[in-house]
Amino acid sequence: MTETEAEAIESTQSAAAAESAIRREEHDLVVVGGGPAGLAAAQEAYDHGVDDIVILERDFELGGILQQCIHNGFGLHYFDEELTGPEYAQEFIENVAERGVDIRLNTMVEEVTDEKLVYAVSEDDGLTEIDAEAVVLAMGCRERTREALDIPGDRPAGVFSAGTAQRYINMEGKMPGEKAVILGSGDIGLIMARRMYLEGADVEAVLEILPYTGGLTRNVVQCLEDFDIPLRTQQTITEIYGDERVEGVTVQEVDDDFEPIPGTEYDIECDTVLLSVGLIPENELSEGAGVDMHPVTGGPVVDDGRETSVDDIYACGNVLHVHDLVDWVTEESMIAGRSVAKQLQGDIEVREEPIEIESTGAVSYVVPERISNVDDDREELPLYLRVYAPMDEVFVTVESGDEQLAREFERRAEPGEMITVDLDTEALEDLPENRLTVDVVPKEEI
Amino acid sequence: MNASTDVIVIGGGVIGTAIARELSQYTVDVVLLEAAPDVCTGTSKANTALLHAGFNADPAKLKGRLNVRGNELYHERIQHELDVPIEWRGALVVATEESERPKLQSLLEKGRDNGIEDLEIVEGERLQDLEPTLHDDAIAALWAPTAGLVNPFELTAAFANNAVENGASVELNAEVTDITETGDTFRVETVTGDIEADVVINAAGLYADEVSAMVGVDDFEITPRRGEYYLYDKKMDVDVQRTIFPVPSEVSKGIVVTPTDEGNVMIGPNAEEVGDPTEKATTREGLDEVLAGAQKTVPDLSKDDVIREFAGLRPAIKETGDFRIQIEREEPGFINAAGIQSPGLASAPAIAEYVADLVADLRGDLTEDPTFDPHYSGPPKVRHLSHAEHAALIEEDPDYGQIICRCESVTEGEIRDAINQPVGARTINAIKRRVRPGAGRCQGGFCQPRVVEILAEELGVDETEIKLEDDGSEVLIGETKELLLAENGEEVRADD
Repeated sequence: MTETEAEAIESTQSAAAAESAIRREEHDLVVVGGGPAGLAAAQEAYDHGVDDIVILERDFELGGILQQCIHNGFGLHYFDEELTGPEYAQEFIENVAERGVDIRLNTMVEEVTDEKLVYAVSEDDGLTEIDAEAVVLAMGCRERTREALDIPGDRPAGVFSAGTAQRYINMEGKMPGEKAVILGSGDIGLIMARRMYLEGADVEAVLEILPYTGGLTRNVVQCLEDFDIPLRTQQTITEIYGDERVEGVTVQEVDDDFEPIPGTEYDIECDTVLLSVGLIPENELSEGAGVDMHPVTGGPVVDDGRETSVDDIYACGNVLHVHDLVDWVTEESMIAGRSVAKQLQGDIEVREEPIEIESTGAVSYVVPERISNVDDDREELPLYLRVYAPMDEVFVTVESGDEQLAREFERRAEPGEMITVDLDTEALEDLPENRLTVDVVPKEEI
Repeated sequence: MNASTDVIVIGGGVIGTAIARELSQYTVDVVLLEAAPDVCTGTSKANTALLHAGFNADPAKLKGRLNVRGNELYHERIQHELDVPIEWRGALVVATEESERPKLQSLLEKGRDNGIEDLEIVEGERLQDLEPTLHDDAIAALWAPTAGLVNPFELTAAFANNAVENGASVELNAEVTDITETGDTFRVETVTGDIEADVVINAAGLYADEVSAMVGVDDFEITPRRGEYYLYDKKMDVDVQRTIFPVPSEVSKGIVVTPTDEGNVMIGPNAEEVGDPTEKATTREGLDEVLAGAQKTVPDLSKDDVIREFAGLRPAIKETGDFRIQIEREEPGFINAAGIQSPGLASAPAIAEYVADLVADLRGDLTEDPTFDPHYSGPPKVRHLSHAEHAALIEEDPDYGQIICRCESVTEGEIRDAINQPVGARTINAIKRRVRPGAGRCQGGFCQPRVVEILAEELGVDETEIKLEDDGSEVLIGETKELLLAENGEEVRADD
């Protein structure tokens, strides 16, 4: 036997040994992610008759990002009371535990295939290949970085995404700095301005490149105004400086095209820069599974049941589109959970032709993007949408051909606040055309 | 630190570590002194990561000869000995105007004079096949298949780790403050103690002129020349296969577009003289210049999908434009390995070989150490394993089943390996350079708190002591509530 042959045999043997190290399982439903979306989807799927459910969660506990959101304000819509993030999560954690859902923590999903093979790894279980009947993608989102904004300068310690800083403070009990500038007035930025302040840090300013805040109005009031933290709109950081640690930032006013205006530069001394400049649905696994993606939301294209373009793969929560309230994540994930349960039980009635939903004019996106099921059990079908820019006194309209299916008045529409329009499901039958158009129209034009 | 040794190497960049490893195959005692908390923190960490073929090298210059020899050594030895990503993607020098054709021809001839094989001028379909992303205006290119790319972080760490495995010492945080002569040895004074040696090799990069002046050799000056870069997300749609150079002009080599060993695309560098060897800030103007330059050859590039921008400094000797590698003093010996700008990375193994010859000249001879083992293996790379291979690895050590960095699929096991190498990682960036947590699209937003935790645990220190890079770059300032207590004039809780 030559050396090469010996090597070949050895490598075959080790490949065979390696093959046997993969655990193989079959389950009806695999939920990827144990945050609010995954929990609600699992709970609802169970309550609609699916009892073989596995939740795969990469962190050491369930609850997702809610666990580091120790402020209150969660649950006003869903629970009708104000809860902290961990309290909100706990309700669902207990619910799935009571239902005997198989929960696997410290488990990272490496791959989901279009055949619904789910590859998960953990210290305890090694590498597991789960052959799933259906998969719910509920991985949530991640924060945009300094790089996404292309801010030049030094690369010292002290630049954090707001969520990372939140984790350090609320989960690890460590302070990321004592004199902060916050770039971006999204909700996490606003919440973290208050959190830093309450921890005794100075918050020099919250800067927002847009002419308006990206966060909820209530957060601007409760997190900035109540603590005299200045919000400076149409300004951005154009340089970060500091040798080892951040020593300061250069700030500039921007014009309507977001270009810095020469001559408006000023410096703010600080040791910390927190970035709250947007969230990106975390869809590497979805893309790996071959799911069609939506160019505006950054999430999968889904139907009314939150099924993606790949059969039996569903998506819900922030992986689908970034929500401003967890209550809406819960609502949407329950739609997904209910619908995947019906699907698994062969209890779903599919339309011959799906109804496509188009967003036009000032509407940046609508979820879902199509209605492919007939579902007599539901009376209303909610459409979630956002506008590109703030508008006062508008009507949201849903039309099919020359027929108007819904018209709802909004006193103010802002990109930071998701708008929900409930469609009467009966009205979906006998449409003039197999297409709905969603628009936002100023009051005076109606 | 020992009080004396045979040879001291000052500087833990790719040059210093390559020299230390080269010397570790002989029976001389070698101590490498590095000012920073890690190797590979200067010029070596921020460059284009290329193993130039050598066609642009001036054979009359030292760097011309060493580039060609260095490329050979990577092919013949380094890629087989060290477990470091090296890819022979080849390079194209792309002409977009007819007036540039003669320059391609002269580069081809220069390359052939340098003994580089397989050079050819390509155009038309063959050019588009080699690099489909090229600008439609690309009319012809010099094709150099022997050009490659390397991971400079892993390379430098591998040189250092292999040197230590073969008996050399690497002292980190050991900034050299002075060198004095004590009869037949030099006494090198550092912030952590003094050490004497018969031979001192200066591979201090951006600080090589300062170190050289410590022994009175002050007839050259290092001029830091900054180069800025953009690094793109692996999943970007613009797929670059080869290293793409524009035709060099009289004033500039132009902006390079290149893949990296990990499948990212990187563009840069511009070139700007800066006065200060710490001036590594990126600038708006510089980055815009880089992008505009890259678009000349690959027009599909934009700022979309950029995951990192950075700048590096080349330690140039302006007067000669060449490396300065020579014996400066005998008995005791002092060798400069200075002015190592491009193609320094490509030349590193050849520089090491050349310096070892100089050491042999000084010492009369170098005796080979029969126990020398040139082979080094780094931690496994889970991201490159099949599911089956990964499963088998987790059975060996469950730490390889705990994924810490989601973007780059880096496990706790790999991070612990990086910390426990012969020249172990002690900072967040040192871990990132060795095994990549934080090098992906979220830039550590997810994994940094976990890396801090593992590092603190392995080093037995508090998380607030964990640094990004150098002293003063601690990422956390203290416990929560400390600021409030201090504000109220109360004692801050003693950190027992």
